[in-house]
Amino acid sequence: MKVEINVNGTATTADVEPRTLLVHYLRDNLGLKATNIGCDTTSCGACTVLLDGESVKSCTVLAAQADGLSVTTMEGLSDDGTLSHPVTAAFRQEHGLQCGFCTPGMVMAAVSLIEENPDLTEADVRSGLEGNLCRCTGYHNIVRAVLVAAGKDPDA
Amino acid sequence: MSILGTRVHRVEDPAFLTKGGTYTDDLTDERLAGALHLTLVRSPIAHATITSIDTSAAKQAPGVVAVLTAADCDLEPVLVFDRANKKMVRPYLATDRVRFVGEPVAAVLTEHPYQGEDAAELVDVDYDPLPAVVDVEAALNGEVLLFPEAGTNVATAKGSADPGAGFFADCEVVVTKQILNQRVAPAPLETRAAAAAWDDGRYTVFCSNQNAQGTRDDLAERLGVDVADVHVILPDVGGGFGAKIGADPEYVLVAWLARRLGRPVRWSESRSENMTGLVHGRAQHQTITIGGDRDGTVKAYQLKIVGEAGAYPAFGAALPNLTGMMARGTYDIARKHSSYVSVVTNTTPTGAYRGAGRPEATQAIERAMDLFARAIGMDPADVRRKNFIAPEQFPYEITDEISYDTGEYAKALDLALRSAGYEQLRAEQARRRERGDTKLLGIGLSSYVEITAGGGASENGSVEVHPDGTVTVLTGSSPHGQGHATAWAMLAHEQLGIPMEKITVRHGDTDQIPEGAGTMGSRSLQTGGIAVHKAAGELVELAKQRAADLLEADVADLVVDKDVAAITVAGVPSARKITFAELAAQEQLRVHTEWDAGKATFPFGAHVAVVEVDAETGKAAVQRIWAVDDAGPVLNPLLFDGQRHGGIAQGIAQAMLEEVTYDEDGQPLAASFADYGIPSAAELPSFDLVGMETPTDANPLGYKGIGEAGTIGSCPAVQNAVIDAVAHLGVDHIDMPLTPVRVWTAIQQAAGGAK
Amino acid sequence: MIPVAFDYQRPQTLDEAVALLATRGEDATVLAGGHSLLPVMKLRMAAPELVIDIGRLAELRHLRVEGDEIAIGAATRYRDLVTSTVLAAECALLPAVAATVGDPQVRHRGTLGGAIAHGDPAGDMPAAILALDGTVVLQGPNGRRSVPVAEFYTGLFSTVREPDELVVEIRVPRTGATGWAYEKFTRRSNDWAIVAVAVATMPSGAVNVAMVNMAGTPIRATATEAALAEGKSIVDAAALAAEGTNPPADTHGTPEYRRHLAQVLTRRALQTAIA
Ligand SMILES: Cc1cc2nc3c(=O)[nH]c(=O)nc-3n(C[C@H](O)[C@H](O)[C@H](O)COP(=O)(O)OP(=O)(O)OC[C@H]3O[C@@H](n4cnc5c(N)ncnc54)[C@H](O)[C@@H]3O)c2cc1C
Ligand code: FES
Ligand code: FES
Repeated sequence: MKVEINVNGTATTADVEPRTLLVHYLRDNLGLKATNIGCDTTSCGACTVLLDGESVKSCTVLAAQADGLSVTTMEGLSDDGTLSHPVTAAFRQEHGLQCGFCTPGMVMAAVSLIEENPDLTEADVRSGLEGNLCRCTGYHNIVRAVLVAAGKDPDA
Repeated sequence: MSILGTRVHRVEDPAFLTKGGTYTDDLTDERLAGALHLTLVRSPIAHATITSIDTSAAKQAPGVVAVLTAADCDLEPVLVFDRANKKMVRPYLATDRVRFVGEPVAAVLTEHPYQGEDAAELVDVDYDPLPAVVDVEAALNGEVLLFPEAGTNVATAKGSADPGAGFFADCEVVVTKQILNQRVAPAPLETRAAAAAWDDGRYTVFCSNQNAQGTRDDLAERLGVDVADVHVILPDVGGGFGAKIGADPEYVLVAWLARRLGRPVRWSESRSENMTGLVHGRAQHQTITIGGDRDGTVKAYQLKIVGEAGAYPAFGAALPNLTGMMARGTYDIARKHSSYVSVVTNTTPTGAYRGAGRPEATQAIERAMDLFARAIGMDPADVRRKNFIAPEQFPYEITDEISYDTGEYAKALDLALRSAGYEQLRAEQARRRERGDTKLLGIGLSSYVEITAGGGASENGSVEVHPDGTVTVLTGSSPHGQGHATAWAMLAHEQLGIPMEKITVRHGDTDQIPEGAGTMGSRSLQTGGIAVHKAAGELVELAKQRAADLLEADVADLVVDKDVAAITVAGVPSARKITFAELAAQEQLRVHTEWDAGKATFPFGAHVAVVEVDAETGKAAVQRIWAVDDAGPVLNPLLFDGQRHGGIAQGIAQAMLEEVTYDEDGQPLAASFADYGIPSAAELPSFDLVGMETPTDANPLGYKGIGEAGTIGSCPAVQNAVIDAVAHLGVDHIDMPLTPVRVWTAIQQAAGGAK
Repeated sequence: MIPVAFDYQRPQTLDEAVALLATRGEDATVLAGGHSLLPVMKLRMAAPELVIDIGRLAELRHLRVEGDEIAIGAATRYRDLVTSTVLAAECALLPAVAATVGDPQVRHRGTLGGAIAHGDPAGDMPAAILALDGTVVLQGPNGRRSVPVAEFYTGLFSTVREPDELVVEIRVPRTGATGWAYEKFTRRSNDWAIVAVAVATMPSGAVNVAMVNMAGTPIRATATEAALAEGKSIVDAAALAAEGTNPPADTHGTPEYRRHLAQVLTRRALQTAIA
C-alpha cells in the first residue's frame, strides 16, 4: 500500500507492506537511522518519535497508521546539523548520553514532555521518562538535561 | 592551566545528537551492498535431542536464499572457555542436541528481514525432550548430564570446600549463610549485530563489540584462517557492559555464511533473542561463613561458590576464581578461604557483566560483615572500621603475585557516613520504629575494593601531527559510550597544546590498529589513556630534537609553547617558535608507543544507601545513595561521574529489580524487556557523589579505573539497607532482587518464627 | 519482530467500519491505539488477515456530558482522558486512573475502547469503569446495544462482544471531582498492576470498590462494599476485600500476597476517598 507521511517537514511517500512498522519506514525507506530499536515489547522507548507532535513508540505504530500525518525524528530537530535545539544542547551540556543508543528516543520523549508540561519538576521528569530505558547513564544526567532544557535549575 | 581534571564536554556528542550514532545495523557501507539477512531459528526447549529438521517449506518461502543447519556447517565446535572440561564444546548450530532455550538451530537467509521471520516459522524441528537441569543442585548430583561424554556437569572447579580443621576454632562467634548473587541480563540497549563480507580471500566483519582485535583473533581461529585474513571494524557500539567481548558464536556464523553464500550477510538480533542468546552475568550460589570475636575483630572468613556456567562454559565459568581472589574485600582478615565449582545447566551461558567477579565478592563480604555485626550487636560501621586494612599496610598482598596498590578504606567510609549524616539517619530510623511507622527507614553500608586492568595492563597508542595542524590519535582501546574520543584528545592536547577540535581519535579498526585489547575490566584510561599520554610525550621529545637545529638551541632548553602548539626556547620570549605542524610538514611526525603498567590497580570506596520500606506491602524504594568512589585523580569529572552514575544504577537495579529466572523445564521467565525489570528514571533517585582521590603508583598520572566501581559499591549498600530496614522485625537476610513479595514474605516468616 | 502479513483498511466513517466488520468479522481484527494488538501481533501470538483501523474515526473520539452521564467515544485516548476538563469536574477518577497506564507514549496512542475491549485482567480502565457502574455501548450490523460493564466480561480476555460488533462508547455516571481513589501497586512505575483498587462514590452515596488482577476479570469487592453499607469501619471493611477473589500467581506475587495487597490497597483507597 502507498503511504504519505510528512517527515521532518518533508513530504515522503513509499509503497509498503501494511505490516511495515513506522520505525522501519523511517530507517529503511527513508534512511533516517537515528531512531533505534531496542526491544520488541514496546518497553524501551529507543524508537520514540513525534507523531503529530506527540511522543510515540514507532515500533508499535504501523507506517499505515501514520499515513497522512506528520512525524518528527531527532534528525528533524535541527536543520543545520548543530545542537540548536534546547534539548539536544542540554543533553550535551549535562552529559545526558554515553553510548548514545537510547538518546534519540530519550530526546524525543523529552521534547514531547516539555511541550506538554513546561513547568517540570525533577519528579515530573522522572515519571515523564518512564517509557524510556537507558542502560548507561543511570538517568542522573538525563534528568538534569531535561530540566535544563525546560529552563529549570537542576541543582535547585 | 592544565586541561586534566577539568569538565570537558564530549567531542562525540554533536553527531550522536543530530544524526544519531552509527551502529552496526545502521551501516550503509558499500562493502555490505546486497547483503542477505540472517534470521536464526532458536530452540524453544531447554534440553532435547533433535530427531529431525525439515527445511523444505522454509526454502520455498518468498525471499529465501538459503536455509542451513548443522549438517551444512563445517565449523569446528568451540570450547569457548579454554580451561573448562574439554568435552563441553559448543556447535554454531545445534547438532544432535539442544542445551538451552535460545540455542541457534538453523540459519535462514533472506533478501529482506521480514521474510526471514516468516520463513523461520516454517523450519520444522522435531525435538525429543530430555529432563532439564536447571538448578545447581541437580547439576551437581549429575543424574542428568548435559554432556554425557564428559561424565560430569562440572565445567571447572578449584579448591577444597573444607577450610581445614580449626579454621574457625578460636572465634567467639561464627555466622554462616547461603546467599544468592542472582543471574542477571547485561541488556545493553543495542542488541548484538554483525555484518560481514568475504571478498578476495578476506573477511570484513563489522560488529557490536568491545574489542576489535581480540574478536579478530577469535574469528580467525574459529573460521580456521590467518589473522591477516580478517578485518574487524567496530562502528558505534550501544553499550556492552562486559557482555560483548570476543567473537560470539553468531558473529562467527555471520562471517562464515558470507563466505559460504558469496554475499554479504547482516544480522541484528531482536531483544527476545538477546535476552536468551547473549551471556548472562553473576549467577553465583554462595555460602559465606564469618567468624570473630565480640570486640568486632573478624578472624576467619570462608566463601564457597557454586557458579552457573550455563549450557556451554564461557567466561562466566571462570569468574568465581576472581571472586575468590577478591573475597576479603577491604578487610585484614587473618584467615581467608575460598573455593568454587562451576557447573553447566540448561540455561543461557554466563559471562562478564559490569564488575564481573568483583561484585560477587563484595556482595558476599559486605553481607557477611552485616551478619557478623548483627550477631555481636555492634554497629556495622564500627565492625568495618575495626577490620579495615590500614593505610600503612599497602602494598597489601592478596596472592603471591598480586597486591592492593593503594587505599584509604576507613577514610572513604567515614567520608561517606559523614556526607550521609549517618547519626541523624540512625536517629530517624529509631524514631520511626518507636512510632510504629509503616514506612521504615533502612540504612546500608558497603566498603569495597576492586581490581581494574586485571586482565592485562598494557596497551598501545600513537599520536601523529599532520602538516595542517590536525592530530590523529590511534588507540587499541575502543569505547562503547565511555568517551575515549574526548579523554584521549584531552591527554594529547595537554602535552601538545593543539586544540581539542583538531584532534581525532580512531579506534576499533584492526587494519588501522592491529594490536589492542579493547575496553573491559575498567582498563582503558590507565592503559590506553596512558599509552596516548606517553606517545604524546615522546612526540614532544621527537619534535624537540628536530627543532633543536632549526632553533639553534640545545634540546634541553626547548619547551612547548602550548598557546601556539609550537616548540620554542625556554625563557626567551623573543625566540622563534616552530609549530608541530611545521615540523610535520618537513617530515612525518608520528609516534607509536606501548605502555605496560605491569600490574593492575585497585579502586575502592564506600557507599551509603537509604531506603524506605513499606512494611505493609514489602515495597522498598531507594531514596538516596552517597557514593565515595576513589579511582585516583580524575581526568574529566564529566566522564568520571557519568561512569559512576551508570554503575550505581546497575547496582541498584540488581539489588532491587533484575533477575533472570527459569521454570523447572528451563523456560526463561524474564526473556523480554516487558518481564525483565530494568529500572527507568522513575525508579531511581539522583545520586550523591562524593570525591576522594588516592593515586596509584602503577602509572605516571595515578589513574585507576572507574567503569565498574559504582556497580560494585551500590549493590551491597542497597541490599544491606533494605535488610536493615526490617532487621528489627527479625529479618537477617533476603536474597536479591528485593522485590515487594520477597520483602513481605521475609517479614511474614520472621514474624511467624518469633511467635 | 514483526507481524505476519495482513491487509489493512482504514474506513472513513463508523458505518463503513461496522459494515466492513460485518462482512469480514471472523478474520478481521479492529485496531484502535494498537498498544495491545500490535505487541501481540509482533510476537506472532495473533495473526489476523485483515486489520481495520478505527483509531482515527472522529465519530469515536467524543467526550461529553449527556444528562446524568458522561459519554466517551471508544477511540478516545488516555491522554485525552488525562487532560479533559470535563472529566476533572464530572468524573475525576477516570483521568487519575488513565494517568497511571503505561507511559506517556502509550497514553498518546492507547484508547479507552481498546482497553475495555481487550479486557486484560491486569488492565486499569476495566476496573475503573466497573467501579463506576459504567456501560459499554456496542454497535453491530443490527444496531446498538448497551451492556453494563459488570456483565461485559466473561473470562480471561473474553467479553460478550460479538466478532461483528464494535465498542463505540463508554458511559459513566457523573460522580464529580471527589470521593474517589485509585491505588495501583506495581513493581516499576510503568508496569502493569500487580494489584490495583479503584474506589468511586456514586451519586446515590454508595461506595463502590473494584479490583484489578484479583481474578480473570475485573471484580468488585462486594464483601467490602456490603460492610461499608452496613456502617462498618474502613479498616474492618477493607479486611474483607479479598473475599471471593481468585488472584493469579506469577513472578510478582503469590495469590496469598495479592490477597494481602488487595486488603491493604482497599483500606488505603477508602481512606483517601471517603475518610
Ligand atoms: C508498554 C505498555 C505498557 C502498558 N501498560 C499498561 C498499564 O499499565 N495498564 C493498562 O491498563 N494497560 C497498559 N497497556 C495497554 C494499553 O493500555 C493498551 O493501549 C490498551 O490496553 C488497548 O488499547 P488500544 O487502543 O491500544 O487497543 P488495540 O491494541 O488497538 O486493541 C486491543 C484489542 O481490542 C480490540 N479493540 C480495540 N478497539 C476496539 C473497539 N472499539 N471495538 C472492538 N474491539 C476493539 C482490538 O481488536 C484488540 O483485540 C500497556 C501497553 C504497553 C504497550
Ligand atoms: S523499540 Fe520501540 S519501545 Fe523498544
Ligand atoms: S546512553 Fe547508552 S543506553 Fe542510554
